[in-house]
Amino acid sequence: MRRAIGLLSVAMSAVLATASMSHAQAPKEVVIGAIYPLSGNLAQIGIDSITAMRMAVELYNGKSDLNLPGMKKTTEGLPGLGGAKIRLIVVDHQGKPDVGQAEAERLITQEKVTALIGAVFSSVSATTSQVAERYGVPHMNGESSSPTLTERGFKWFFRTSPHDGHFTLAMFEFLKDFEKKKGVKLKTVGLMHEDTLFGADSGKVQEELAKKYGYEVVVNMAYRAKTTSLDAEVGKLKAAAPDVFLPTSYTSDAVLYIKTAKTLEYVPRMLIAQNAGWVDPQFVAEMNKDIEGHITRSPFALDLQAKKPLIRQVNELFKKQKDNPGGRDISEAPTRALTAFTVLVDAINRAKSTNPEEIRKALVATNVPADQLLMPWTGVRFDEKGQNTGVRAILQQIQKGAYATIWPFDLAAADVIYPLPGFKDKK
Amino acid sequence: MTAEVLVQGLVSGLLMGFVYALIAAGLSLIFGLMEIVNFAHGEFLMGAMFATFWAWALLKLDPLVSLPLTVLLLALFGLLVYHGLIRWILGAPMLAQIFATFGLAIFLRAAAQALWGADFRLVKGPLVDGRVSLGGIFIGLPQLVASVGALCAFGLLYWFIRKTETGLALQATSQDRQAAMLMGIDTQRMFALGWAIGAACVGAAGALLAMFFYIFPDVGATFALLAYVAVALGGFGNVPATLLAGVIVGIVEVLGGLLIAPALKYAVVFSLYLVVVLWRPQGLLGRF
Repeated sequence: MRRAIGLLSVAMSAVLATASMSHAQAPKEVVIGAIYPLSGNLAQIGIDSITAMRMAVELYNGKSDLNLPGMKKTTEGLPGLGGAKIRLIVVDHQGKPDVGQAEAERLITQEKVTALIGAVFSSVSATTSQVAERYGVPHMNGESSSPTLTERGFKWFFRTSPHDGHFTLAMFEFLKDFEKKKGVKLKTVGLMHEDTLFGADSGKVQEELAKKYGYEVVVNMAYRAKTTSLDAEVGKLKAAAPDVFLPTSYTSDAVLYIKTAKTLEYVPRMLIAQNAGWVDPQFVAEMNKDIEGHITRSPFALDLQAKKPLIRQVNELFKKQKDNPGGRDISEAPTRALTAFTVLVDAINRAKSTNPEEIRKALVATNVPADQLLMPWTGVRFDEKGQNTGVRAILQQIQKGAYATIWPFDLAAADVIYPLPGFKDKK
Repeated sequence: MTAEVLVQGLVSGLLMGFVYALIAAGLSLIFGLMEIVNFAHGEFLMGAMFATFWAWALLKLDPLVSLPLTVLLLALFGLLVYHGLIRWILGAPMLAQIFATFGLAIFLRAAAQALWGADFRLVKGPLVDGRVSLGGIFIGLPQLVASVGALCAFGLLYWFIRKTETGLALQATSQDRQAAMLMGIDTQRMFALGWAIGAACVGAAGALLAMFFYIFPDVGATFALLAYVAVALGGFGNVPATLLAGVIVGIVEVLGGLLIAPALKYAVVFSLYLVVVLWRPQGLLGRF
């Protein structure tokens, strides 16, 4: 009997030991939930971003010599977690904050994701990050540019990319630099922004900074996103005639603006767009000569590939992805998603665990050097609010149907076209 | 605000109003006939725009050339929807009818994205392009052609409903289904015809709109919303009144934006709608 008990206890402790061993053993897979707009007016941006992230998943799960954060390795899977593979769960938020919120909730409670990434729209990121904060799950963001997102003091929200404060600051810094360099005088600005969180915040920051930099805001309008007509808006612009026009619009409204401005023959001397529609590759292809000379802020520039071979390597890979029909170049949105995603995976790898707190600590300790980035930034380091402090915004101008970096002047690949050519010259 | 900008706004609003009206006409016709609100109306518009786009992209047909084809295609699609879906829910509770057409809307939108992707598309270099300037007022030629086209379509529709025997039968069915049946009118046939004509109207609107508006799976949503306002404003089922209401929506939208604030332009449109509906629930020219 005693022997039996002895055997049993040995067996029991063996079971316990294996159980605790398997507990200590690294998980076989790391599940990451990606919440992106896959239908609605920004669907293509979402689809391209997912394509870029799927590409990264394949590289992380296999071997790779790409110098992206944590990607250069000779073993399969994540070395920090004993070769665990990444599984990406992709969901569509349709551009709706409530759908995003519900999906975030489902990903965390049902799919048991280790971390969330998304969601392009600032308005959606606002709700998905609230859910992540409540459950204590890391939430990475690479695209949303509303400054308020990182002003809320969230513990679990991290943003790699510049926000509209940085971007708008860059616009006005550029205006000052440009005035000095060219000896021209620009006095007035006109603002037009769409009415979601992205547009509202952008308009607010632009108005504040315009005042600070001594420009008079002669017209400042909000309009309903996805509108059927911009006749009134362009009419107001014509009446106010600002020197510099700063629109904040997603693709659909950006297309409508160009069409309306062309019909009503409205041409400001300079146009600087708050990204969004103006960095959609389809927009540039479709609008063609009508947007020649338009300037947009951007965190990414494909024409920097001469200085950064990494951009070319990634672009070549991206062009071969099967979800990228026609082999389009990697654009701004997928590059931002890729940057955020690689920073997140790198942190999980360094955490050597899928424990949320360990990952959060690893994210806080993030220090990605500039040479591992596709962006022209000084690196990725998060401040206490979760905002990357290594960001740098650049301005690009559409010249002959492609983006040319024009500012900061030390990175510039081309000279600024000024003033904006009228539609008549663009036949 | 100069007078020039205001006049420009009036002209632009008027031109856009005709297109809104044509979109709303089909909706109004179907509602008047069988009291079913077609929530997939915006998606019909999207379908017509895509048809126009593909005719241009694949067959090199200008939107104006392919317009009759688009109209025919949409009419056939209207018949298909009637026979495949609407006929089965005629006697169903209103909620079921709403869900059926709403479900159809979501299905069509998703199908369009699955088939053609989510990119924005444009018909580049249409036959009619550019603009004319009349004393400092710019008129986009595609918009002008679209407005004239919309007016022609309205004329045709009016003539058909008021002057032809089939049109009179359609009206009779719309006024009193039972009595029409007693008179020997095949109401089922009239319903099918109503769907065909309603879809044909939105087909014409889509083809005309495709000349100057971007095309993508969600494009119908906002237009449909304005069409519902136009239908309710004019009077449910009163097709000519829809023309007036469409123009009112178009002009109020621009003037509201210019005189008050662009952010409030739809608020002005919808306030007007609320006031009219409170004051005259049957709409401006409604008959019941």
